[in-house]
Amino acid sequence: MTRVNVVLLCVLVACALSLVTSRHQARRLNVELEREQARARQFDVEYGQLSLEQSTWGMPARVAKIARESLKMQLPAASRVEIVETPSVK
Amino acid sequence: MRTPAAQKHVPPPAELPGVRALLVFGAVGLLFVTLLGRSLWLQWMENDFLQSQGAARFSRAIEVPAHRGRIVDRFGDALAISTPVKSLWVFRDKIDATPEQLRNLARVLETTPQQLSSRMKGEGEFAFIARQLAPETADRALALGIQGLNEQNEYRRYYPGGEVTAQVIGFTGDKDAGQEGIELAQQTWLGGTPGSRRVIINRRGDIVEDVASIHAPQAGRDLALSVDSRLQYLAFRELQAAVERNKAKAGGLVVIDAKSGEILALANWPTYNPNRRDKVAREKMRNRALTDTFEPGSTMKPFTIAAALEAGKIRPDSVIHTEGGELTIGKQTIHDAHRAGPLTVEQVIQKSSNVGAAKIALSLPSETLWRMFSEAGFGTAPKTGFPGEVAGRLRPPATWKPIEQATMSYGHGLSVNLVQLARAYTIFADDGELKPVALFKTDGAVAGRPIVSVKTARAVRHMLELATLPGGTAPQAQVAGYRVAGKTGTARKIEGREYTRKYVASFVGMAPVSDPRLIVAVMIDEPSGGDYYGGSVAGPVFSSVMGAALRMLGVPTDAPVDNVVLPRPEAIVQEET
Repeated sequence: MTRVNVVLLCVLVACALSLVTSRHQARRLNVELEREQARARQFDVEYGQLSLEQSTWGMPARVAKIARESLKMQLPAASRVEIVETPSVK
Repeated sequence: MRTPAAQKHVPPPAELPGVRALLVFGAVGLLFVTLLGRSLWLQWMENDFLQSQGAARFSRAIEVPAHRGRIVDRFGDALAISTPVKSLWVFRDKIDATPEQLRNLARVLETTPQQLSSRMKGEGEFAFIARQLAPETADRALALGIQGLNEQNEYRRYYPGGEVTAQVIGFTGDKDAGQEGIELAQQTWLGGTPGSRRVIINRRGDIVEDVASIHAPQAGRDLALSVDSRLQYLAFRELQAAVERNKAKAGGLVVIDAKSGEILALANWPTYNPNRRDKVAREKMRNRALTDTFEPGSTMKPFTIAAALEAGKIRPDSVIHTEGGELTIGKQTIHDAHRAGPLTVEQVIQKSSNVGAAKIALSLPSETLWRMFSEAGFGTAPKTGFPGEVAGRLRPPATWKPIEQATMSYGHGLSVNLVQLARAYTIFADDGELKPVALFKTDGAVAGRPIVSVKTARAVRHMLELATLPGGTAPQAQVAGYRVAGKTGTARKIEGREYTRKYVASFVGMAPVSDPRLIVAVMIDEPSGGDYYGGSVAGPVFSSVMGAALRMLGVPTDAPVDNVVLPRPEAIVQEET
C-alpha cells in the first residue's frame, strides 16, 4: 500500500512539474507569438508606406513631367507612328 | 561546545512543565486562528479589492488598431492609403524644457525655438506641438527626454493622385471618417473599427497570455475602382489644357469602357489637392460630371433619330425639308445655324440640323420620344454609388407642349449629367444595349439592357461617324488610325428663365467604329476664348484623349494612319445647340 502511494506521489510530483514546464513553455511561445505579430503589424505599416511611396513616385503626372522636362521626350506625331499588325491580336 | 565525549551520552528525556507547554500550544494555536481568520477575511470581505489590485498588476486591456482600407485603381495602384503618424502634445502647465532641449526639439521638427515656445505659451491647457509627423521624427523628438512631451498615435490618409483624382476619391475628415466622394459613400466598407483584448503581461511587459477578446477588431477593406490611373491622368491633363486654352469656367471628361460600362477616367476642372485642403472652396470639390446637370444640346439628337427609326417613321435616307433653316411652332421659331436645303436623316445628324431634328420629333407621339429618352437613362440617377449624383430633369410627356417636344429633340428643356450622357451612348456603341455604369471594378463582359434594335444602333453609329468626317460638325474629333463616331453639342446656358450668350460646348463619341471599345464625353463650361462650338472646343479634346487612350490600351487600328482629313477652317460646319 505504501509503495503504491509512493509511486503515486512520484507520479503526482512529475505531473506537477511537467505542468509547470509546459505552462512556462506556453507563455514563452506566447511571448514569441506576440512579438512576431507585432512585427507583422510593423511590416504591414511599412508595406503601406512603401506602396504610398511607390504610388507617389510613379504617378503618371510625375513621370510625364520628368520625361518632358529632364529627358526632353515628346509624343510622336501620328504621322510618325508605324502600327505593326500582330496576328495574335484580334 | 560539543565534545566527542558528550555525544556518547544519551540526554535524559526532556519534559516541559505543563504550564509552559500549554502556553506554547496556546500561542501557536492563537497564531493559527489569527492566520485563518485573516485569510477568511481576505477571501470573503476584501476579495473584490484584492482581485482588482491583482488584475491591475498583470492584466491589461490593449487596443488592437484597425486601419482604413486602401482605395486602389483597376491595376491595384494606391489612390488613397492610410499610414500611421504621430502627433506631439503637451499640457502647457506641465511642460518643462531647458533652452538646450528646446533648441534640439526645434531642430528635429525643422522649426525655430521661438515658434515652439510660443506654441507652448498660448491660451488653454492643451496644445499640439506638432501634428501628423512621420513616426521616426516623433520618436527622435521623444528621445530628447523632455518632461511633459507626449505622443498620440493617429492615422493619416494620403492621396498620391492629388488633384488628378480628387473629386472621385473625395477625402476623409476627423477621426478618419469619409467626408466626400467614394471615401464617404464606401465608409462602412473602408472604415476599420479598432478592437481591444484582455491579456496577461509579465514583469517586463511582454504579453504572456491572451485571456479574452473584448471587441474583435474589424479591419478596413480595400476597394478597387474601375479607374485606370494612366487614362485618368491623360483625361485630366487634356481637360486642364482645354479649359485653359478656351478660358472656360469649368469642365468635365468621362471615359467609359463601352463593353463593360466601367468608368475608366473621370476628370473635373477646377480641382484641388486633397492632401492640402485647408482653404479649398467647396466649389472645387464637386464632382461635376456626376453632381451637376446641364442642357445637353445636340448630343441628344441621336436619341431622337433612334426613336423615330425604331418607330419606323423614317429611314436613314429619308429626306427632311428643313424649311430654309427656320421652323415656327406657335409663337416661337427654331433656327439652324446653317441654312440648308432638304437633308437626309443622316445629314440631319452630320450637320446637326435643329429644324430637321424637331420635324422628326414632331412626327412622333410625345410618349415615344419620352420612352426613348427615359430608357436611355435620362431622368434617373446613373447609380454609380457616388454620393450626390443627380438624376437630371426629364418631364413626363403629358406636360409637353409641341414647342417643347421640338426643343427637347435637340437637347433643350431637359438636363443631364455628363456620366449619364456618356452611358447613354453605349446604346450606339453596343448594338442597342444600354450598359450599367460602374465606378467599381467589374470582371468580364456585363449584360446590358436592349433598348433599340441592332439595325437602328448601327445606323445611328454610321451617322455619328459622318459627323466627324469632312462635311460634319466635328472633323477636329478625328483620330489618326481609328475610325471615330460622335456628336457635338453647343448649348446656350439658361440663367433664371432666359437663355444667355454663355455656352456649354460638348462632344460625346466612341471609337473604333468597327467595334467600339471606349466612349469619351467632354464638356467645357462657358468657353470664352472666342470659340464656343462643340466641334472646335470639345472635339480636339476628344481626339487627343481617345487617340492616346486607344494606343495605350493597345486597341488594333481600323483605319490607315493618314485618315485624318481636315477641311479648310471656313468649310467646317458649325452648329448651335
